[in-house]
Formats: sequence, structure tokens, C-alpha cells
Amino acid sequence: MPEEYRLILKNADADGYTPDIKCYLKHGGYEALAKVLKMRGRTVDDKKFTAQEYLREEVKRSGLRGRGGAGFSCGLKWSFVDRRSGKPIYLICNADESEPGTFKDRQIIHKDPHQLIEGMIISCWANDVNLAYIYIRGEFPEGARILENALAEARKKNFLGKNICDSGYDLEIHVHRGAGAYICGEETGLIESLEGKRAYPRIKPPYFPAVLGLYMCPTIVNNVETLCGVKHIVEMGADKFATLGTPNNTGTRIVSLSGHVKRPGYYEIEVGKATLGELIYHENFGGGLREGRTLKAIVPGGSSAKVFKAGEKFKLKKRLPDGKMEENEVDLLDLPYDFDSLMSAGSMSGSGAIIVMDDSTDIVAALANLSEFYAHESCGQCTPCREGSLWMSKALHRLSHGEGRKADADYLTGIAKNIQGRTICAFGEACSWPVLSFVGKFKDEFEARGEADEKARDSGAA
Amino acid sequence: MSFKVPKKLGDEIDERITHYPVKRSATLMLLHAIQEHFGYVSQEAIEWIAAKLELQPLNVYEVVTFYPMFRQEPAGKYVIKVCRTLSCMLGGSHDLFKDLCKSLKLDPNKHGLQTTKDGRFSIEFVECLASCGTAPVMMINEDFHEAVTTEHAKGLLSKCK
Ligand SMILES: Cc1cc2nc3c(=O)[nH]c(=O)nc-3n(C[C@H](O)[C@H](O)[C@H](O)COP(=O)(O)O)c2cc1C
Ligand code: SF4
Ligand code: FES
Repeated sequence: MPEEYRLILKNADADGYTPDIKCYLKHGGYEALAKVLKMRGRTVDDKKFTAQEYLREEVKRSGLRGRGGAGFSCGLKWSFVDRRSGKPIYLICNADESEPGTFKDRQIIHKDPHQLIEGMIISCWANDVNLAYIYIRGEFPEGARILENALAEARKKNFLGKNICDSGYDLEIHVHRGAGAYICGEETGLIESLEGKRAYPRIKPPYFPAVLGLYMCPTIVNNVETLCGVKHIVEMGADKFATLGTPNNTGTRIVSLSGHVKRPGYYEIEVGKATLGELIYHENFGGGLREGRTLKAIVPGGSSAKVFKAGEKFKLKKRLPDGKMEENEVDLLDLPYDFDSLMSAGSMSGSGAIIVMDDSTDIVAALANLSEFYAHESCGQCTPCREGSLWMSKALHRLSHGEGRKADADYLTGIAKNIQGRTICAFGEACSWPVLSFVGKFKDEFEARGEADEKARDSGAA
Repeated sequence: MSFKVPKKLGDEIDERITHYPVKRSATLMLLHAIQEHFGYVSQEAIEWIAAKLELQPLNVYEVVTFYPMFRQEPAGKYVIKVCRTLSCMLGGSHDLFKDLCKSLKLDPNKHGLQTTKDGRFSIEFVECLASCGTAPVMMINEDFHEAVTTEHAKGLLSKCK
């Protein structure tokens, strides 16, 4: 039976569990940190590792993939950090949580802030970082206060500050608040914002954060949930962590489920151990649609992910143990909720946010809503994104307000195709993918709407 | 300059600046501190922050105009933010917003922040507040409210004195 597997949220909702350090310590808090600080260098297969190098290898071996959006290997990202530049290395926790549909980091920050802080201290130690920041979105004023209190508590216990627990290691972590701009979630925009500027993303190359990040120094940016994962890798060991989930999609993942289901909410699962259908219909998760409703569409990974249409089938390739590839037809609802399956099905699990829409949904209005979001949030540096996102939003506005044209469907697709791949940051894709997929998969509805508007105008004129 | 920052706030600001190896980084945190205290960011405040961080006023001004949370004019005593984005729309946030605007005698079709004549309430539509599972959601100043019906919201507003 598919069910939740609570690793990161193990304590968060337990009776009497509070965000203060006393409670955290009572539940085994900061023991992973103590373990790390005692680690010594070692030799494996004739290769010498410092303690820090060894932990970085462990994180790589655990298979942990970033939970912020791209699903990139955390260990691999850390291995790109320029350690020879002689410049300080910074770490930033991305707590911007601004991808529409996503509300998982909020749970950790509000209910178990010390888990995040412990994960950060361990990650900083492993990467020789002495100064780190938590970049939290401006609309979380309470979250920011909770984190500042927690940091002060940790400082008092000498888990932060100079010579942490007599290990000789120094680290300081500060909270930095955003101010309502989605683009601050993009890691290079976030860095600019932390430097006190407009959050204009930087072009890669050359500005890869691992080399030229905060103050042009090597910088690691990781999501809240990813950093918590690191703590659990230390606690249970990389091998054990890798047995959770499915191959190449290890560990657990907090799924944010919203929209037209009976039980919206956050559900932590072993990655890939529940299908999209189970997450929506099973009584342990969404509990199904409202009475008398049928499924229309699913946005599977935050608003930027391409939409799925109810009834879609996919041909998925799978590697068999003998190395041969096998192709299987899989129903939308049978897709395992993991990184790779959703990617093979042409979308992504992104930030782990599933938005469910039933047959009562006006699909044109739904896309118009998302496009208005992107038009509002484009930072404006690149012409295709700045102008295109606004054109798309305007066309969708008229289409959802009785002033559309049949040709609007093709017009929208044309604009979206001219944005993706032609911009500084991945926002270009984020704003065009919803348009390409919604209009592509529900084209008849978009055209019918435009056609009806044209007819109404013609008869009005006559 | 007539702009005065009380000592307590000044001390907090000086401490904030020490969090960064480069002073300019403190811009957003200082703007938050100033806006929380004065209710908005005035031209004098921009110049004060610029002097404090050894920047040109323009460097601060361009930040104020980029980030939606900073405002250059006072708002009402209670600022209401209703989530506009998809999951909340599916949960009825657009009706909620219209109902609230109507009861505050404000225009639901106007963009941006609007304030009632008596200066008690301001309201605006904002983007996803990261609580989509309890849609529709809204904030009144720093307090967060989930699964809000119109009735519920009106009850909350009547308690805002
Ligand atoms: C437009 C845009 C918005 C993003 N918003 C967020 C966000 O709110 N939170 C987040 O963790 N990552 C966000 N990301 C992804 C970050 O750029 C970055 O990849 C991530 O923080 C890396 O952390 P991870 O490897 O631990 O996932 C966003 C990316 C883009 C392109
Ligand atoms: S793609 Fe859009 S959001 Fe990203 S840098 Fe260009 S204009 Fe800004
Ligand atoms: S859509 Fe309203 S909180 Fe996310």
C-alpha cells in the first residue's frame, strides 16, 4: 500500500513538537553534527581523503538530487566548487519558495528550523565554508523570525560561531530576506539580491556560482529540503539513504499537493514509490477528486512544469538488468512520481508541487492565471522574456474575457517558441512551457473559445 | 535632513550591517527595517540608507522600485494581501478578493495596492504565498490566514481596530 515515509518531516507534526532547540536536542538533534566533527580523514582503495572530502563523496554516493527544481546531483554540484582560488567559499540556502504550487520548505522552516540549520552546518563544514546565508522570501516574516531565534539558540550552544564545539571550525549563518520577487529563487538572481541589488540573473557561462558566485567567490546554492537531506545522509549513512526511493531517484521527497483534491497537503514519500495516480486518489494522500468530478489536467512539478492532460499515455524506456532497453506504454496516472519518469514523459517533477484540475476548470483561465504570474515576475533583462511574457498574458487575458480570436492559439505557441532557449536564465523556459503545453494539449478548447468570440463579434457587428 | 531614526532601530541597523562582508548587501534588510518602522520608504529614507551603506541614492532607489514589497507611500494600518495565483484561484481567491474590495468600497479591477479613505485598510492581489494546500490564503499585515471564506475574512477585518 502506498504510504508516506516521513524522514525530514518525521517530527514536524508530532504532538508537542516545538521549534525550539530544547525540543530538537531531546529528539536527537545535533548528533549528526557531533558525528561529523569527529570524522577523521581516511584511505579508501589507496586513495586518501580528508574528512571533508570523504563526506562530500558520501553525499555524491547517496544519490541526493536537488529538491529546488532542477534535480541536479548535490554531490556533483559540490564537486564543481573552485577550491583553489584562495577566495572564501560561501553557501546559501535557497528558502525563497516561490514556485507556484510549492509549500514544503515552509513546513520545515516553521516547524523544525534546527533541522535545516544542522543540515547547513554540516554542508558548510564539508565545503570549508565559514559564512553562510539563508535567503528567505519576504512574505515569510514569521519564518524569518523563527530562523533568527533558532540561529541565536544554536550560537548560544556553540553549534555556530567560533571554534564550534571545540573542533576548531568557525561558521556564521545569517538570515537575509527577499521582498516579493519570484526571480530571487533563481540562484544567480538570488546572489545579486543578496549583494543588495536588483535580482537580475547572471549569464552562464561565465557566472557559474560554483566559481563566480556571491562577491565573485565560489558559492553553493541549495534548497532547504536538499540541505536537510544532507543531515540524514550523515545520520543513516549514504548506503542506507540510497536504498530509500528508487535507483537514481534516492531518498524522500516532500510533495506539495493542491487544487481539486479532497485532501490537499504536503506528503513525504520515498521518491518514485508512489505514482501520480496514487498521490491524487489514494486515501493516504489526496483522497480523490470532489464528488462527481473527473480529472482534467495535472501540473506535476510547480507552475513551470509542462501540464499533463487526463488520459495521456507515454512510451517510457527502461534499462533492463542485461543492459537492453525496453519500451513500455504507461498511463499518466501510473507514472512513478520521481525525477526521471516525469522527465521521460516530457515534463518534470521540478519543485515537487502537483496542482490538480478537475473538469470544472476553465483551462483558458488557468493558463491566463499562470501567464499573468510570469508577466508580472519577469525581471526584464532579456527582450524575448520581458516582451513575450507580457504579450502571452495579454492574449490570454482577451481570450478569457470574451475578446479572443481563433488564431490566438497559434499566436501564443509562436511567441512561446521564440522565448525558450533565447534568454539569460531558465525563467524563459518557465514562462513558455506552460503556454506550449496547455495550448498544445487543449488546442481545441483554446480555438473554440477564440472562434466563439469572433462569431459573437460578427453577429454583434451585423 | 529631517529624517530621524530612533536609537533602537539605529542600533539594530548597525548590527545588521555587520552580517555582510560588503555593506551594500544590507540594502534589503535595511529597507525592511525602515519600512516596518515608518510604514513606507520615503525619499529621505532612501538617502539615509544610501549614506549609511556608502552608496549613491540611486543604488537604493533602484532596489525599492524592483521589489514589489517595498512601497514609497504610506499604506493603511492593516495591509491585506490575497493570493491571486492558480491553486488559490481554483480555491476561490478571486471571489474572495472581489468580495473584500466591495465591502471596503475599493475597485477589484485595479492593479496594485489600494487604500480605504479612512486609511484603515489597504488591499492587493499578490502572487503565490506558498501555502497552496490550504487555498485560498491571505495575509493581514504579518499574520497568515488559511482556507479563508468571505465570512471568515469579514470577521477578521471586523477585529482590526
Ligand atoms: C525562475 C526560477 C525560480 C526558482 N525558484 C526557486 C525557489 O523558489 N526555490 C528553490 O529552492 N529553487 C528555485 N529555483 C532553482 C534554483 O535556481 C537552484 O537551482 C536551486 O536552488 C538549487 O538548489 P538544489 O540543487 O538544492 O535544488 C528556481 C529556478 C528558476 C529558474
Ligand atoms: S529570462 Fe526573463 S527572468 Fe531570466 S534574466 Fe531574462 S528577462 Fe530576466
Ligand atoms: S497559489 Fe495561493 S498560496 Fe500558492
